[in-house]
Amino acid sequence: MNIYVVMKRTFDTEEKVEINDGIIDEEGAEFVINPYDEYAIEEAIVLKEAHGGEITVVTVGNEDAEKELRTALAMGADQAVLLDTEDLDGEIDHYTISEMLSAFFQDKEYDIILGGNVAVDDGAGQVAPRLAEKLEINQLTTITKLDIDGESAYIERDVEGDVEIVEANLPLLVTCQQGLNEPRYPSLPGIMKAKKKPLETLDLDDLDLDEDDLEAKTRTVDRFLPPEKDAGKRLEGEPHEQVQELMSLLKNEAKVI
Amino acid sequence: MNYNISEENEQMRMMVKNFVENEVEPYAQEIEEEDDIPQHLVDQAKELGLFGLSIPEEYGGIGLDTVGKCIVYEQLGRTHNGYVSLIGAHTGIGTTGLVRLASERLKQKYLPDLAAGKKIGCFALSEPGAGSDATNLGTTAEKKGDKWIVNGTKHFITNAPIADVFTVFALTDKEKGAKGGITAFVIEKDFPGVTVGKPDKKMGLKGSHTSQVVFEDCEVPEENVIGEVGMGYVSALTILGEGRVGLAARSVGSSKKLIDLSMEYAEERKQFGKPISKQQAIQWMLADMETETEAAKTMTYRAAWLIDQGEKAIKESSMAKLFATETYNNVADKAVQIHGGMGYMAEYPAERFYRDARITKIYEGTNEIQRLIISKEMLKGS
Ligand SMILES: Cc1cc2nc3c(=O)[nH]c(=O)nc-3n(C[C@H](O)[C@H](O)[C@H](O)COP(=O)(O)OP(=O)(O)OC[C@H]3O[C@@H](n4cnc5c(N)ncnc54)[C@H](O)[C@@H]3O)c2cc1C
Repeated sequence: MNIYVVMKRTFDTEEKVEINDGIIDEEGAEFVINPYDEYAIEEAIVLKEAHGGEITVVTVGNEDAEKELRTALAMGADQAVLLDTEDLDGEIDHYTISEMLSAFFQDKEYDIILGGNVAVDDGAGQVAPRLAEKLEINQLTTITKLDIDGESAYIERDVEGDVEIVEANLPLLVTCQQGLNEPRYPSLPGIMKAKKKPLETLDLDDLDLDEDDLEAKTRTVDRFLPPEKDAGKRLEGEPHEQVQELMSLLKNEAKVI
Repeated sequence: MNYNISEENEQMRMMVKNFVENEVEPYAQEIEEEDDIPQHLVDQAKELGLFGLSIPEEYGGIGLDTVGKCIVYEQLGRTHNGYVSLIGAHTGIGTTGLVRLASERLKQKYLPDLAAGKKIGCFALSEPGAGSDATNLGTTAEKKGDKWIVNGTKHFITNAPIADVFTVFALTDKEKGAKGGITAFVIEKDFPGVTVGKPDKKMGLKGSHTSQVVFEDCEVPEENVIGEVGMGYVSALTILGEGRVGLAARSVGSSKKLIDLSMEYAEERKQFGKPISKQQAIQWMLADMETETEAAKTMTYRAAWLIDQGEKAIKESSMAKLFATETYNNVADKAVQIHGGMGYMAEYPAERFYRDARITKIYEGTNEIQRLIISKEMLKGS
């Protein structure tokens, strides 16, 4: 089986995010594999364990992303490819990234491409579906179960808390949702082996792309953190007094009833 | 001068950090209360290769260099110390003798299972009459045909209750004593004449068990001598020497964790209308904790680096052990102080670290013995 994973390096959203003049301060931030992409990598490894084959992890970014690619290799992927954005001066958006990915996939043979449901940094969830459209293959998003038998896939999807059961044919692109699996930690031997696995870097020339064709279709106007929450209000007195006060606050102050 | 760590060491750091934080830390309280480490946490450590971190690749481990080991131990030090003690006694003193000094035959026989964690290792030197004076052994080994007959009692042996493979030191020549009269052996728990005692009741390090081990006419095959007959004391010193930076690294990790816990608490706890972190008295404690810990960290990694350059670094390793473990105790004391009464309560981890810190100044050579080693190295030529 030819298994591909598209993944993104993101900053660890459990860390404190600081924004200066609309730009996220990356100084001192820890970077990780986008957590949803970790489900994709894990599922790829599970597929390989069941069906054999090869796993290739692909990311669009700069050389810093090699670290996350190595982690994917340490988890169990066989090879990694970095689509280098170094030649791009302007803004990079989901359009740019999916164009680069689709150029990469033009001459590839793939049975399945796995990605994360969304990236936790911008939460757009655009790249993988765009890629499937460009490649004109089936796509299923937010999957929570995947079984492959020959050319067909049995899939469960999370649809706003409900489950949808779908059968689809390969080649197929899926995006992975929490609940699909428990990503493994890279083992120490895995980390040592990853050093020797192939990691290839491709630039725009290698992909036969021109900077002008990749110009972002969107522009970020501003970024800001959500306003700090005010301290809550504590109601006092007997329960029935508290209920009365709550009712009056909901009516008069919050004006919701 | 280069303070960067290699890419794979950074990956290991991240992996162990995440593993400890997400998988082990949630069980810290349970380990403490039950005095037992859940089996699945031990199994996970095996799957991640942690039991083989000091065993060379050709025997199924990954053979990390000293800096690499310290990086792993530092992160393991961030959680319940019983956990790192179980793993550390195995990967450190419990297997170093076999890795460094044993014959190819013994290595082939024991190391693959030890690397996979299928077998657990331990190190049995101390005896009721031989602590700091480790040469004063009462355990003897007598040659009979192609076997050695071992008799004696070891105590305080970490992992003994779960160990399969013991590195044991015994007197083979009373006259010669430390100078050619002590020999190291590999003894399996199933050899006839081995009895492991009940786990000791102790102040801390819950979940990591120590006990007595009694050898009664225990028959040990001739080929189970580690290194040369009579060279056991040198072997013991080599093994303990290598362990020292590891213990220092663990202590640095625990200190760092205590600093994190203290900062968190100081920012949350309000007295006199503001967080206690706004009080200079608290700020200065934090500053001292951080400064000492960074100093300990630098000493630890420098000693580790020197060892990786092929140096013995006896003085540097001892200094790192001495300073890092004293630092850990100082930091734990301040952490409890910052937590106030809560620092004395078992529901806050500072209380546990405070107790667990204490042993680091005693085992793998007391800190008095470290000072002895350091000054001896200093005064060598004089
Ligand atoms: C939890 C735990 C786990 C252990 N695990 C192991 C293990 O896995 N394997 C193993 O072999 N041992 C183990 N030990 C034993 C440990 O290494 C010894 O306890 C330690 O070396 C000290 O020996 P002692 O207890 O006999 O103290 P003593 O040697 O009696 O020391 C008592 C005091 O006298 C001081 N002192 C002694 N001699 C001198 C001197 N010459 N100069 C100045 N001060 C001196 C000491 O520093 C100490 O303060 C463990 C002990 C504990 C408590």
